Amino acid sequence: MTSDRYYNRSYIIGGIVVAVAAVFICRLFYLQVIDRSTVGKSESNALVKQTVYPSRGMIYDRRGELLVYNRPVYDVMMVMREMGKEFDTVAFCRTMHISEQTFNERMQTMSNRRKNPGFSRYTPQPFLNLLTAEDVSLLQEQLYRFPGIRIRKRTLRDYTYSAAAHVLGSVGEVSKRDLDNDPYYAIGDYAGRDGIERQYETLLRGEKGMEVLMRDVHGRIQGSYQNGELDYPPVSGQDLTLTLDIRLQLLAEQLMQNKMGSVVALEPQTGEVLAMVSVPKWDPAVLVGRDRSQNYAALLQDKHKPLMNRAVQAQYPPGSTFKLIQALIGLQTKTINSRTEYACNGPESLPIKCTHHHGSPVDLVNGIEQSCNPYFWQEFRDILRQNGGEDDTENLHRNYDRWRDYVVSFGFGSRFPTDIREQAAGSIPTSQFYDKHYGRSYWRSKTIRSLSIGQGEILVTPLQLANEAAAIANEGWYIAPHLVRGAFTDKHQTAIDAHCFPIVKEGMQRVMTNGTGRYYNIADLQMCGKTGTVQNPHGKDHAIFIGFAPKDNPRIAVAVVVENAGFGATWACPVASLMMEQYLTDTITRQELKERMQTAILIQ
Amino acid sequence: MIQRNSIWSGIDWWTILLFIAISLFGIMNIYGAGYNYEQAFAFSFSNRAVKQMVWLLSSLVLGLIVLFIDERTYDVLGYLLYALMIALLLVTPFLAHDIKGSHSWLNIGPLSLQPAEFAKFFTAIAVAKYMSCYGYEVRSWRDLVIPFALIGLPMAIIMVWQNETGSALVFASFILTFYRQGMSGKVLLYGFLSVVLAVLVLRFAPIPDSWWDAFLQPHQRARIELTLGIREDPSGVGYNVAQSLIAIGSGRFLGKGFLHGTQTSLNFVPEQDTDFIFCTVGEEWGFVGSALLVIAYAYFIIRLIHIAERQRDVFSQVYAYAVVGIFLCHFTINIGMVLGLLPVIGIPLPFFSYGGSQFWGFTLLLFLLLRLDAVRINKLK
Repeated sequence: MTSDRYYNRSYIIGGIVVAVAAVFICRLFYLQVIDRSTVGKSESNALVKQTVYPSRGMIYDRRGELLVYNRPVYDVMMVMREMGKEFDTVAFCRTMHISEQTFNERMQTMSNRRKNPGFSRYTPQPFLNLLTAEDVSLLQEQLYRFPGIRIRKRTLRDYTYSAAAHVLGSVGEVSKRDLDNDPYYAIGDYAGRDGIERQYETLLRGEKGMEVLMRDVHGRIQGSYQNGELDYPPVSGQDLTLTLDIRLQLLAEQLMQNKMGSVVALEPQTGEVLAMVSVPKWDPAVLVGRDRSQNYAALLQDKHKPLMNRAVQAQYPPGSTFKLIQALIGLQTKTINSRTEYACNGPESLPIKCTHHHGSPVDLVNGIEQSCNPYFWQEFRDILRQNGGEDDTENLHRNYDRWRDYVVSFGFGSRFPTDIREQAAGSIPTSQFYDKHYGRSYWRSKTIRSLSIGQGEILVTPLQLANEAAAIANEGWYIAPHLVRGAFTDKHQTAIDAHCFPIVKEGMQRVMTNGTGRYYNIADLQMCGKTGTVQNPHGKDHAIFIGFAPKDNPRIAVAVVVENAGFGATWACPVASLMMEQYLTDTITRQELKERMQTAILIQ
Repeated sequence: MIQRNSIWSGIDWWTILLFIAISLFGIMNIYGAGYNYEQAFAFSFSNRAVKQMVWLLSSLVLGLIVLFIDERTYDVLGYLLYALMIALLLVTPFLAHDIKGSHSWLNIGPLSLQPAEFAKFFTAIAVAKYMSCYGYEVRSWRDLVIPFALIGLPMAIIMVWQNETGSALVFASFILTFYRQGMSGKVLLYGFLSVVLAVLVLRFAPIPDSWWDAFLQPHQRARIELTLGIREDPSGVGYNVAQSLIAIGSGRFLGKGFLHGTQTSLNFVPEQDTDFIFCTVGEEWGFVGSALLVIAYAYFIIRLIHIAERQRDVFSQVYAYAVVGIFLCHFTINIGMVLGLLPVIGIPLPFFSYGGSQFWGFTLLLFLLLRLDAVRINKLK
């Protein structure tokens, strides 16, 4: 054959084939093994990860009454890139029962970056929000006709009663900080913002589910990816049973309306919060849905600061209610006994005058009943003078520090480590505080005499006052106040022995039968209490009351603070008395008293 | 008359085996590319994989017929067939419907055929006939004028008259057989160098728009610029290749598995069962599958070179190298395009891309070669 001399050229041609194949294999190796960027692109092309939101746990009161539940709402979302040119606007408007004008207006609002900063043609954007199931049912059936349209189901909180807003808290869009701290959240998720909703967020929220769907090049959903192998269903949030008694809560809120202040009611044996009221209050339903941020801003600007939970955040001097603690410390330190008497010169008493009219000398029970200032001043002085007098600076310090230890053993000066959020700690001054203020050897009992009657540098919260009442009711111990049943059971022992309590309780009962609380007593209920009128440098005195009932096997302990109301006996005591009656007997016999309290306006 | 051996004993069964294996793998991938997640498979002639199976079976029949026709028929009728084919190419635009701007499809009953796909076959015969004339030898350029005319005529008709640049370019692959017959190797070298030079010029020294417009249509210019990285447009002109690379790349080493390719099944790659079928392989069968397919093709072509070299007469050898060139050209341009190495030129991957005309065309090319090879034993050296 003539061409044999070109035989070698067959190897060149073969070489070309091998070279081409080698280049292809190198390129494939680069694309498929080295370069990883395409994996995400193919997923974002084809896979739509759709979050399935769990239903949030419901909230019940201690009797099983439903307080907070979910209302389903639907958002119609649009992915503009997927809608395409053939999108049938007319049919869509007919399905949604909206006019084309509305459609155009909504489209404009949605794609206006000033009104909707998160706008993108590639992600679902809210077209219409917060629709009912009825509104979207037709669209749901016809969804296949409208590429790029999605329906997102969400739930909003709804409330059986317009009550307990401070306790329940609210649910709102997650903040930047939540997003950073908890990878569970995505932008636009809802989470508990405060109160119980926030405290028990991880229980209430449940676990989000996920559906991985596939879409084709036109954005039409083509079914689930890998037969749903990657899908997982949402887990509903857990329901919560609160310790609140909604009837007691409602009564307290009624009685406190048009006032400023707070009420805390506890079950002494368990520390369970039966009612927690802070006024002025708001309807929890206003912080739900479309108007949440607007309403929140309004509450934030209100001069009465309704958003503050006064029951746990407001701090006041305890006033005369603190005399109970003084009495117990005196008994425990054997400074006094049940028969110890002190003189009282009435309004002429020095250095603290007496505001009540009674005989002299008085014993402990009378002292409590009459809230005798001179009695407790002299007792406090004697506590600090024990074992060597107060001129011995070291002894004074020892006695003062011991006194303070007794006080804080009731929970004063610190926060209860429970599920009640944003508590203020209050403050019981230390001896170092006075050393710094006056100089170490320059203060005596007389210098700090205001403490004897619960005034001066001492600050407590209404929650701590209620706990004081509970600890006295229990004769020496308490369980830290909490809002969810069974969550906290640790028994705290106060530093006062049980034998000191009966005589103080006797005094408290006498307050109700003979003393400052006598007009609001119901003898059968063995009410015990102590009123207080706290001097307020900024205005009218605060009215305070703490108490419990019945005296034996007490079932309810209450603390009431009415700001700028005047006498504790006049404004705080009736609230507590009515609440005790309601809780113990389930009825209110004194309708005119209830009426008077409800209609009184004590807010400027 | 010399006693002829049986056809069957001389057939290169390895080639047939590779041909069938590649075709079947192609059908699987056509099925994968058209797979719809919502509808389960139903045996229907509207399913392209089923249609391709029909093309394969009919090709086997066609191949069998070719195997039994005496090869001397082609030698005798070579020029006549060539002339008829040219005539057909000329009348096609008058009979054809407009499909994406090209006038190259003829409807014959239920069939839709593209005469250009058969042109390669008849041109190869004509070229082989001319170059096997007694006393013909490639000594100088003048000896190549007629062969170049033979390939230039259908090339020009297809490019200008039918607007099918891709199919026309394939005729350039005949240079390979000229080279093997003695054309100066400098042509290949200069050709390669001028491509490199052109790439460098285009890449680093933009040429005026008027120069572009003189030679190429805007979309062709865009495809070249995309390949060279001068232009980026993943959502416009570059969409096909961008999505194709995503499909291949996301297949990773082992692939997403048969019918699990999201890019291809969800239609992100246009033309995915025809010109871009290779990206389905890349996505569903990964590096392993696609590299194996590349190796299978390379082996197939080398096998054809091997066959070409054992031919005893010039006609067979010229024809064999024409076949080698055509397959190599399709293989290189198609996969190079899908891998983003070459500009988008719409030509199919032989026996793999969906399509009837080209399947039959390639079958004719291959089986005539097998016939020639099977009877070579009877030829005198």
